[in-house]
Amino acid sequence: MRYFFALVFCVLPLTGWAQDWEDRQVFGNGAAPALRIISSTDTSFFAPVIESYLAQRTGQTVEYLVTSTSQLDRIFRADPGAFDLVISSAMDLQFKLANDGFSRTLDGVTHPDWAQWRQSLFAFTTEPATIVINREAFANRRLPETRQDLIEALRADPERFAGRLGTYDVRQSGLGFLFATQDARTSETYWRLMEVMGAMGTKLFCCSAGMIDDVASGEIAVAYNVLGSYASARRDISDKIKVILPADFQTTMMRTAFVSRDTKQPVAATSFVQHLIALQASTTANDGIALPHLDHANATEGQVTIALEPALMTYLDALKKQTFLKEWVNAVIQ
Amino acid sequence: MAEAPHVSGSLRNRLTAILIGGAAVLAILLYVVVRNYAAQIAQQGQDNILNASVTSILDAAVIRDGQLEIDFPYSSFSMLNTGSDDRVFYAIYQDDVILSGYANLPRSQGSETGQIDGTKVRIASATRVLIGANQRTRISVSVAQTQDALSLTLRTISKQVAGFGAGFFALTTLLSFWATSTTIGQLKRLTTSVTRRGPQDLSPVVKPVPTEMVPLVSSLNNLMLRLDHSLSQSEDFIAEAAHRVRTPLATVRSHAETTLQRVGKEENRKSLRAMIRAIDESSRAAGQLLDHAMITFRADHLDRQNIDLVELVQDLVLRLTPIAEMKDVELRVSGPDSIQISGDPILLQNAVRNLIDNALKYSPSESVISIEITDMPAPQLEIRDQGPGFPHSEINTLTGRFTRGTNATGIIGSGLGLTIAQDVANAHGGEITLANHPKGGACVTFSL
Repeated sequence: MRYFFALVFCVLPLTGWAQDWEDRQVFGNGAAPALRIISSTDTSFFAPVIESYLAQRTGQTVEYLVTSTSQLDRIFRADPGAFDLVISSAMDLQFKLANDGFSRTLDGVTHPDWAQWRQSLFAFTTEPATIVINREAFANRRLPETRQDLIEALRADPERFAGRLGTYDVRQSGLGFLFATQDARTSETYWRLMEVMGAMGTKLFCCSAGMIDDVASGEIAVAYNVLGSYASARRDISDKIKVILPADFQTTMMRTAFVSRDTKQPVAATSFVQHLIALQASTTANDGIALPHLDHANATEGQVTIALEPALMTYLDALKKQTFLKEWVNAVIQ
Repeated sequence: MAEAPHVSGSLRNRLTAILIGGAAVLAILLYVVVRNYAAQIAQQGQDNILNASVTSILDAAVIRDGQLEIDFPYSSFSMLNTGSDDRVFYAIYQDDVILSGYANLPRSQGSETGQIDGTKVRIASATRVLIGANQRTRISVSVAQTQDALSLTLRTISKQVAGFGAGFFALTTLLSFWATSTTIGQLKRLTTSVTRRGPQDLSPVVKPVPTEMVPLVSSLNNLMLRLDHSLSQSEDFIAEAAHRVRTPLATVRSHAETTLQRVGKEENRKSLRAMIRAIDESSRAAGQLLDHAMITFRADHLDRQNIDLVELVQDLVLRLTPIAEMKDVELRVSGPDSIQISGDPILLQNAVRNLIDNALKYSPSESVISIEITDMPAPQLEIRDQGPGFPHSEINTLTGRFTRGTNATGIIGSGLGLTIAQDVANAHGGEITLANHPKGGACVTFSL
């Protein structure tokens, strides 16, 4: 089956149309071949970055392709030459791609040591996982501040919350899997919360956007491990939802980018990474860019920024993953 | 002129070359040995961590309900994090079937270096046998890591060791130059002390010398002792010979004179007079040889006294006046009343008498010999006659032993007078200058 998929993904890009992208946009209208970026970041977040990049370079084109983190890993591994730049929030998958030699070492890119690996994988945001709740569902109630608070709130009123909980389906979402494994590594509370959520019936999502929409509509009351940046950016529903940074500990992810080893446009791809890093490192006003900055200094007590280190590959190990997923399914799906 | 010695290399160069060459070899040896040692230690460190990682994975392997589970800890890979972000590869095998990880990672026996996808890695492997209820299974784990951090460490160490080696070499080079110049310095000092001696100084070297130079110096002293001995022997011999010759000559002369009184034939008288003349010349030569031998002896052991040069000259002039009057020559002395000098009175007397003697011999009748004594800048004596002067071509060689001017024919002399005067002047640290006065006549300046 796996080989079949691999074959399919090998052939599809050649035919040019068939890949089922979540989104696909072309910026600029130069004659030169487009810089192909495969990304898990929603276009709305990344468009300002591309536009500001193209503003300085007329005649260049950028093709921005969006897919989920685990799809991205599969597509890219199948044909690394088809993409110039890879951007994903699943640090572990990105790290493994770099470790497996799919990334290109970039000279002349200066980036702090904690935010880069082998001068080829570069982090450009710091984003904590958050709990997003529906304000209405928690009307006249104390808002949970920690996971323990959340467990108690759920247990206190099972009728209200039964079937109205949501989190990532870690079997599908690379980022969800990363958050889950890091949570589990940090605290036993994660498993207790998962068991409670599983017992009360939890809706599983592939992506943050779906969870946020459902919380806003009242379909679900609580979404656990949602990307705070996505939720905060939704000004239109900010009166309906509340984004909570858990006070006990926060798992903070860094969005990373690397240039494909087989890129045909190394210079353009490198300069894009340089532009991205410079943009994200500047502490000045956001220039309409919704992406959170790369920020190490603000690390508060209890915030765990996932480190770019070989240990990220631990849970990607087939045996470890199998064991973890089995436990997770036992807890959440039951 | 002594023959220039044959030169075969330079002791200083040889010594410096050996020391610097040795230092270079040592510095390179130091670099190689330390670098290899550091490489071993660094490699050992990496192997230890890889083995620890392998062990922690193997340790996590359990058979639960007949199912193999390897729930290895986060630290298994976390411990492999390096400053250079080394890539990590691993593979887990159950009974030689890959379970998870990189299937293309070569399996190793213990720790060894291998390649994965053309990348050089260090691999550590270990195996463990798990025994379940009714099964027995063998788990093998390999963990590999690139060696970027290791190379960086080695490069840093190499740079530092190279720095140490270069510093060691520079210091040793300085030291070897210093050691060489100190060693050669001893030789130089000896050379200087031998070179500085006066021509007559044959005394042994008494300054302390290093042990290694003792044989050389004692041979030198021995040689000089023998030389001194044979020199004084020959001087003694000459003095003895001169003395022995003079006495019989006096006897022969008196006999010849007596005979001259008795012989009437003009022919015989003439040959007798020639005979007496020859005898005079011989005895004078013998006398001067004696004087010369005496001066050579005294010059080595100068008997300095405080004397008045003017008084000494006037004394001599007084004694020579009778001879001068016989030739109708006037001796005129001018100068200050007194010039105190330190010198050997006997030698000085001898030298000045020889000079005035010479002037008398070459002065024509009814002429004046002026002797001028001055004090500035050094005590000096100028004796000027009104004779024919020195022959121009010979003015520089006349002070040699037994050298006589070409115009001296018919004048009694041995050729030792100026030699004696010069030896005395030299012994007192002075010199003798021969010149011709522009108005005619020889002019000898004897300065101290």
